[in-house]
Formats: sequence, C-alpha cells, structure tokens
Amino acid sequence: MPSFSRILLGLFCLLVALLLLAPTLVVIPMSFNGNKSLAFPPVGFSWQWYDNFFTNPDWTTSFTNSLIIALIVAVVATVVGTLAAFGVTRAAARTGGLLRALLITPMVVPGVVLAIGIYAVYLDTHLVGTVTGFVLAHTMLAIPFVLIAVQANLEVFDRRLETAAASLGAGRLTVFRTVTLPLILPGVLSGALFAFITSFDEIIVALFITSPYLKTLPVQIYTSITRDADPTVAAVGTLLFLATSLIIIAGLLIGTRRGRT
Amino acid sequence: MTATPDQGLPTGLAGAGQPAFLSRFRLRGAVWLAVPAVLVLLVALAYPLAIVVLRSFTDPAPGLDNYVWFFQSAVNRAVLQRTFVVAAWVTVVSLICAYPYAYAMTIVGKNLRLALILCVLVPFWLSGVVRTLAWVILLQDSGVINSFLRGVGLPPVKLIRTLPGVVIGMTQVLLPFMILPIYTVMKGIDTRLLQAARSLGAKPWRAFVQIYMPLSLPGVYAGCIIVFILSLGFYITPALLGGPRSILLSSLVQNQVLSLLNWGRGGAMGVVLLVATFVLLAIAAPLMRQKHSATRREA
Repeated sequence: MPSFSRILLGLFCLLVALLLLAPTLVVIPMSFNGNKSLAFPPVGFSWQWYDNFFTNPDWTTSFTNSLIIALIVAVVATVVGTLAAFGVTRAAARTGGLLRALLITPMVVPGVVLAIGIYAVYLDTHLVGTVTGFVLAHTMLAIPFVLIAVQANLEVFDRRLETAAASLGAGRLTVFRTVTLPLILPGVLSGALFAFITSFDEIIVALFITSPYLKTLPVQIYTSITRDADPTVAAVGTLLFLATSLIIIAGLLIGTRRGRT
Repeated sequence: MTATPDQGLPTGLAGAGQPAFLSRFRLRGAVWLAVPAVLVLLVALAYPLAIVVLRSFTDPAPGLDNYVWFFQSAVNRAVLQRTFVVAAWVTVVSLICAYPYAYAMTIVGKNLRLALILCVLVPFWLSGVVRTLAWVILLQDSGVINSFLRGVGLPPVKLIRTLPGVVIGMTQVLLPFMILPIYTVMKGIDTRLLQAARSLGAKPWRAFVQIYMPLSLPGVYAGCIIVFILSLGFYITPALLGGPRSILLSSLVQNQVLSLLNWGRGGAMGVVLLVATFVLLAIAAPLMRQKHSATRREA
C-alpha cells in the first residue's frame, strides 16, 4: 500500500484507539473532585470519594457481595463449563455442534427478556435477593465463556497423549490429573477469569433480582448514577479501570513471553 | 479451502476406525459430561424464557390480546422501529471504525500490535456501567463536551437524553465486539495471496478490494450480527444516556414489568425482541459457520 494511505490509516486508527480508551479516562479526574458533583470540570482535589468507598457500608457490602458471588460463580461455572467442553469436543461432530450452539445461547438472549423471566421464577421460589439466586443466574451466563475458552485448548490437544498414559497403566483419573489438566490449564484458568468478570460486571439480571438486603456493586453504581451525582461512582470506576488494565497487561505479557520461548 | 478444520479430523477418524459399539459407548460417555451445564441452562434459561412466553399469551387473559395491543399502539411501533434503526446505526458506525483498525492490527509490528490490542481489550472487559458513567460525564449539559464548547465560545449542544447521544455511547461500548471477530479472521488470511495478485499486475488497491476484502467477510458478518443483536437488547447504556424521546424496547419491557406490573404486555414485548434476535441469528448462522472454520486453523 502506498505510504500516503498508510499515514491515513495510522491517523484513523489513532482516532479509533482514542475513542476506545479516552472517554473512560474521564472518570479519573472526576474521582478526585472536591465537590459532591459530577459536573465537569472538577473543582479542587480530595480523596474523600475513595475514603467513602472503603468506609461507607453501602459500598463496602455491595463490593463484598459482588466478590463472594463472583468467586463462587468462577468455581462452579469453571467446573461445569470445563466438563461441558469435554462433552462438546469429544462427542460426535453433529451432537457436539448442537450442544455447543445450545450452551452458548445465553450470550445472544436479550438481557432484559432473560431478566424478567428469571425475576418471575425467583419471585415464585423466593430466590430474589439471595446469593443462591445470583450464583445460579450468573453461572448460566458464564458457562458460554468457560466453554469457549476451554474448547479452544481442547481442540489442539493431542488425545494420543492420553492413550499413551493409559497404555502405561495410568487410571482415567490419573490421566486427567497428570496429563490432560496441566495441558488445558491455560484455557481453564482464562475460563475462570472470564466467569469471574462476567459475574462481577453483570447488571441487567442483577437489577431485577436485587433486594435492599443484597445488592451487588454494579447495582450500587447504577442506582448511584440514577439517584444522585455522588463522585464515589467515579472513584469506583477508576479502581475498576486500573484493576482491569493491570490484569489485561499481565495477561498480554505472559502470553507474549510464552509465545517467545 | 486452506481453512480445512484439520484439528477436527483425528477425532472423527478415530471414531470411524473403531468398532461401532465402542465408538458409540465413548460418544455417550462424553455427552454425559455436558449434563450439569445443560441442567443449569434448563433451570436458569429455558424455564424463565418459557414463563415469559407463557405469560405473554395468558396474562391477564388467554389469547393474543397482548400482541394485538403491542402492534396496534403507534408508540410501541415507533419504539420498535427506533430500536432497529439505532441498532443499524450502531452496527454501521462501528463497522466503519473497526475494519481499518482490525486491518492495522494485522500489519503493524509486535509492540504496536500489543498496544492496539490493549486499547480493545481494556474497554471489552471493563464494566459496561463504568463506561456508560464516563459517557454520562462527557455528554451531560455540564459535561466535558459542553464545557469545551463553552470555552471556545460556541453554544452548548443537547447530547444527553437524545438519540445521537445514545448511538455514540452504544457504539463506543460495542466497538470491541466488532473489532475482535474481524481481527480474528484477518489474522488468518494468507497475505501471499495479495503478493500473488500484485505479481500478476493488480494495483495494490484492486488486490485489496478483490482478494483481501472478500476473505475478511466472514469476520465482518460475525461482527455485524453480534453488534446488531447486542444493540437490539441493549439496556443499561440507553437507559442512562437516553430520555423519553429516545426510549428503546428494552426499557419499555422493564417499565411494563417493574413499574406497571404488567407481565403479559412486558412478556409480549420480550417475545418480539427474542423472535427478532433468533430470526437474525438463523439468517446469519451460515455466514458465522464460515467464520468458525476460518478461525479454527490458527487455534
């Protein structure tokens, strides 16, 4: 391609990169606002909104709730999703394909439709505002992510390694523990991370099945945005932005180092 | 095609080489492993959706009343139309942004590529509520854009609670879903095909348009269908950035159920949304499958 169009492409991509990243950065200055307002530009400087996030029970409990629910979901969805990935990959092509299509439907069902359905069921079964209710709904939403991550690893996994281990006398569980699992571990771990983030960020279903006694962090952020202009949301946004960026940078660095060796 | 799913072959052949009873036994054993996942889906997905469909036909009285009400109301039809128009805008704008970006990701050096990937992945994984919050701060009447306009002496523009504001916010939130599938397909395109075209006398642009673009289409289809479907059901961003004149179908559903406690009407709207989604998916499924076989190669 001639260099003129290269420059044009470069400029265009710079703009797109800015569009992707820059708008979110606006939460950082807002989080140090001296006034209780989300109006731009922020006035003065203070740490009070971070202070509020770590001391105000509304924020601390919703954060702990999200953390607990997301951790349980990460464990349950990873186990269930990994098993399903084995089922999908090792079944006959047709059955596996059907099963896969079925198991990834949570990704395409419109959130609100799902949310009213789950809300209706939970009202009848008294699961509204319970950890069990959140874990069940979020596990269902997280299974596709685990399935896709583990399946990507299983498809390049050489099954003759299992046959070799078995022919040397290893039992099925030993084969799984010492041969299969270590080789697909990257997929399982990224699946667990996807499941954690899916649950930790989930908002639509959460908005319906929440109760005054059990709120998750996204629900707390959402109600705070709609109710008042409390800059604590900007402080939470900044912390989440930093955490997300660090995890992704770490992941990319580990990925490239592994690629090099 | 060069994109033969060669990873899929060994298992298929192994099954064919075994005695029939053995392969059938194995197959059944493997499928059982998916049972827990299927159970979770039945309880938390299939059953709730069945309730929504059921209530849309039975609440408050059996029949098609809720659907007749939905399609007879001019307001509802306008919202339905607006939802599709917004989804189309978001899809087109994000495709225009994503295609050159994804292409650049495949041709730059390693470090620059990491930087470009980072710019996609951070918003992809960052909470949607937080990113929408950022747009509230930017677009509000006392927001970044308007204080900039005031600073240079221009009149302020109304952005929050307007349709353009909703489209801008949704496009930015959904852009990674367009870039990633296109990039995945482009990464697998054999660039020697372009060299071959050039060596046969094709101009660079012609080689790009005639060789490269058709090969990248599966990624484009996948990205467009994902973004369009997600836009149709989008809730948080339109709810926070939109106003009464830019309400979308999801907010209408939520309003019927939570504020008016009208499960039948809310359910009927939900079913309309659901049917639209699955019809689109059914149309796009063959195109998506192409993408799957093209990406499998470098898995």
